[in-house]
Amino acid sequence: MRYLPLTPDDRAEMLGVIGAPDIDALFADVPAAARKADLFDLPLHAGELEVERELTALSALNRAAGAGPFFCGAGAYKHHVPATVDHIIQRSEFLTSYTPYQPEIAQGTLQVLFEFQTQVAALTGMDVANASMYDGSTACAEAVMMAQRVNRREKAILSGGLHPHYAATTQTIAHAEGMEIVRLAAAIDAEAAVIDAIDDETACVVVQTPNVFGVVTDVSKIAEAAHAKGALLIVVTTEAVAFGLLKTPGEMGADIAVAEGQSIGNALNYGGPYVGLFAVREKLVRSMPGRLCGETVDAEGRRGYVLTLSTREQHIRREKATSNICTNSGLCALAFTIHMTLLGGTGLSQLARINHGKARELKAAVEAAGLEVLTPRFFNEIAVRTKGSAAALVDDLLADGIVAGVPYSRLDPHAGLDDVLLLCATETTTSEDIAALKAALTQKAA
Amino acid sequence: MTMQNIGRPTRPEGAAESTGFTSLTGGRGLLQDEPLIFELGGWTKTGVDLPAASGDAADLAGLTRAGVDLPGLSEPEAVRHYVRLSQKNHAIDLALYPLGSCTMKHNPRLNEKAARLPGFADLHPLAPVATAQGALQLMDRLAHWLKTLTGMPAVALTPKAGAHGELCGLLCIKAAHEAAGQGHRRTVLVPTSAHGTNPATAAFVGYSVQEIAQTEDGRVDLADLEAKLGPDVAAIMVTNPNTCGLFERDVIEIARLTHAAGAYFYCDGANFNAIVGRVRPGDLGVDAMHINLHKTFSTPHGGGGPGAGPVVLSEALAPFAPAPWVVSGPDGLDLVEEAAADAAQAFGRMSAFQGQMGMFVRAYAYMRSHGADGLRQVAEDAVLNANYIKARLSDVMTPAFPDGPCMHEALFDDAWLDGTGITTLDFAKAMIDEGFHPMTMYFPLVVHGAMLIEPTETESKRELDRFCEALRALAATAKLGDVERFKGAPHLAPMRRLDETLAARKPKLVWKRESGGA
Repeated sequence: MRYLPLTPDDRAEMLGVIGAPDIDALFADVPAAARKADLFDLPLHAGELEVERELTALSALNRAAGAGPFFCGAGAYKHHVPATVDHIIQRSEFLTSYTPYQPEIAQGTLQVLFEFQTQVAALTGMDVANASMYDGSTACAEAVMMAQRVNRREKAILSGGLHPHYAATTQTIAHAEGMEIVRLAAAIDAEAAVIDAIDDETACVVVQTPNVFGVVTDVSKIAEAAHAKGALLIVVTTEAVAFGLLKTPGEMGADIAVAEGQSIGNALNYGGPYVGLFAVREKLVRSMPGRLCGETVDAEGRRGYVLTLSTREQHIRREKATSNICTNSGLCALAFTIHMTLLGGTGLSQLARINHGKARELKAAVEAAGLEVLTPRFFNEIAVRTKGSAAALVDDLLADGIVAGVPYSRLDPHAGLDDVLLLCATETTTSEDIAALKAALTQKAA
Repeated sequence: MTMQNIGRPTRPEGAAESTGFTSLTGGRGLLQDEPLIFELGGWTKTGVDLPAASGDAADLAGLTRAGVDLPGLSEPEAVRHYVRLSQKNHAIDLALYPLGSCTMKHNPRLNEKAARLPGFADLHPLAPVATAQGALQLMDRLAHWLKTLTGMPAVALTPKAGAHGELCGLLCIKAAHEAAGQGHRRTVLVPTSAHGTNPATAAFVGYSVQEIAQTEDGRVDLADLEAKLGPDVAAIMVTNPNTCGLFERDVIEIARLTHAAGAYFYCDGANFNAIVGRVRPGDLGVDAMHINLHKTFSTPHGGGGPGAGPVVLSEALAPFAPAPWVVSGPDGLDLVEEAAADAAQAFGRMSAFQGQMGMFVRAYAYMRSHGADGLRQVAEDAVLNANYIKARLSDVMTPAFPDGPCMHEALFDDAWLDGTGITTLDFAKAMIDEGFHPMTMYFPLVVHGAMLIEPTETESKRELDRFCEALRALAATAKLGDVERFKGAPHLAPMRRLDETLAARKPKLVWKRESGGA
């Protein structure tokens, strides 16, 4: 076995040093009834070539997003990631290190986390950010529970424009913690209904912009309404590239901003691993979940970084912790940081404008094909009304080699929005892709 | 596993004098002193060549921001910046990384290559199921391996890390109790030696936590367990092998008592590495157990994630697993993304999409490479290596549980440091000067000044001997009274000890212009 360095001679010699007659003696504490003498019914070890062959064959059964015209977004986005990013995150010192609990020999990871926190705070327009969560959906659930810790109220209001998977995750996790989750009806311009739902029991309101239908909303009014009732505003963003163009959650009065950071630096990966962004107002820092990296000095007075405020965390506080999170998304955060550093603010703004331009091109094409675009103000995603079921249309167009987006019903089968199709364009979408979609849609409509 | 800061200093105590020779420019030879990106001056720079955007964003008037105030770097500058930073990290690729309970083993690069195949890496989570059959097959095969290795009938793949898996398992248990009219069960029993995530997770789902005492020989105290297993107990959470590195000899009796009391047995699978291929948790009476793919199945720790924490479930709990799951359909495999009305027991969703697919590919490649025979050897070599370290160090350090074998990690206390003025922390920091990462310290809490050493199976005898020689030399020096070597350690790392108290007292969590001086 290529990954196991001990030879039979090593093993015999080591057993001698230990004073054990055989390896079974070291498993003596296992009840006899549970000791398996035989190998399990699974294939035997395989060489690298053989394993690579099997995985390549499996991979080939999937159609990569880059294999043709492709318009899926809805929480995960196809972007171009510079080759440098993936090269650097595979350096041994980043890839094969543990959480930086020994700061003297983990300054690489720690300084990256400090840069990451600063970048996330700047992108979201907030004061501070943590060192990442698992993904956007779990960050959303954590934000809701954090609101409960801050104002001791139990009710969370979720906008009907919140990604249904985020709503379901929040419902599952925050409800289990004892919160009452009120999810408003799904609608294109769902944010309009949020203000009326806020009352004196409301811990927080969760609003997504751009929302799952692509609608960009200035949530300042919702912030005012929430704050007037003593509730927190949580702003969710699933497309981090939008931070390059749109008003930030901070500018609009968010108390907590959470986002999916996959778009910057990370591949689609069929849904994970991704990286949750979590940023708050300064005064809320000590209620925050997750790891935080902070600046300090070493014994010689030199600037360095450590994980800090760990008294909020499970390994210190145990059942009194702010969250049970331990492992998070370190390497994905690194990829985010490197990509963001390559882009810079200038590059991200430009990238965002390119995305928006592509989406306008997409909108024009869809309208020219005779479909109604439902999203009034969008970044890089639009919702479209299909004639008949959106899922059937996606199946139809797949036969033409086009992946024509995500039927909303796939995310939320009970909403009665079976004729709503979610389409996305990014810098990776070509004019030829859009032309192919337009031609196919026109043909289906004819 | 983490380093506790209970019972250890969080400020540097040793003499702060420099280690002698200093450079004129602040670096240490090839180890550069690297500023933050915010101090490198690229406020208008970008390292990505992008085409012009088509049109303006006039349709978003009033909804746009002024600009993004973040620096950029050209590609060569960015590469240098992050490569220089990388060199300040210790890594499993550099030397033995003996963090007990963390399972820092070799990360095969084949797995990295496989995860980057376009069919996996460039696959959208909501791509039509017909275009993702390979991904679903991989999830199905991974599930088969996990079920076979654990002897459990079902697995929920989506949890994103161990603690997330614990949450998933407890939510299944909670749902099962509620379905059986047992929703009044609100207590979870957790041994004193448990990982911090166990009580944190139990509290998270609204359970109250009660501790179970430990016996002299480091196991669950059966009498105490039996006394506390009342009608209010929903579950016990037991790590096995436990955090003292010992197998719970009475595990089958623990399961029997638990079930007899109407509670479920949650097993923390963080230490599955020690028994994989030899013992099936299903045969021990476990109802739910998370498996840290980033431990036992070697997906890289990445400086703190991403991980993956699939949860295997017993027959009783399987109906309560969260969405989504893979099923066989008429046109191949299908993905059930929302429980149908007739499967309303399922408790919901742990996260968006399908879980940590990138980690599934890596873990599956790892399992296939080892096979049934190799995985069994993994457990055997992991246990052999730990016992070898224990045997080689027992005459100079004090094993917490000297009698009998340990499993995959060797636990020492600090009794052997009595009278030297040197603490566990000092000793661990001195290991850095010898080129090794410290072991897990001050955990488990039940052992004074604990030092928990997990070598894993991917260490050669030569590296184990090098490690043991280094620790023996350090132990001898400690006993000779060379206190400064330890109090001031590390002397040779990229940084000396850092002031954690200062960091926490006035938290500086983001770079700011006024303080950074750009």
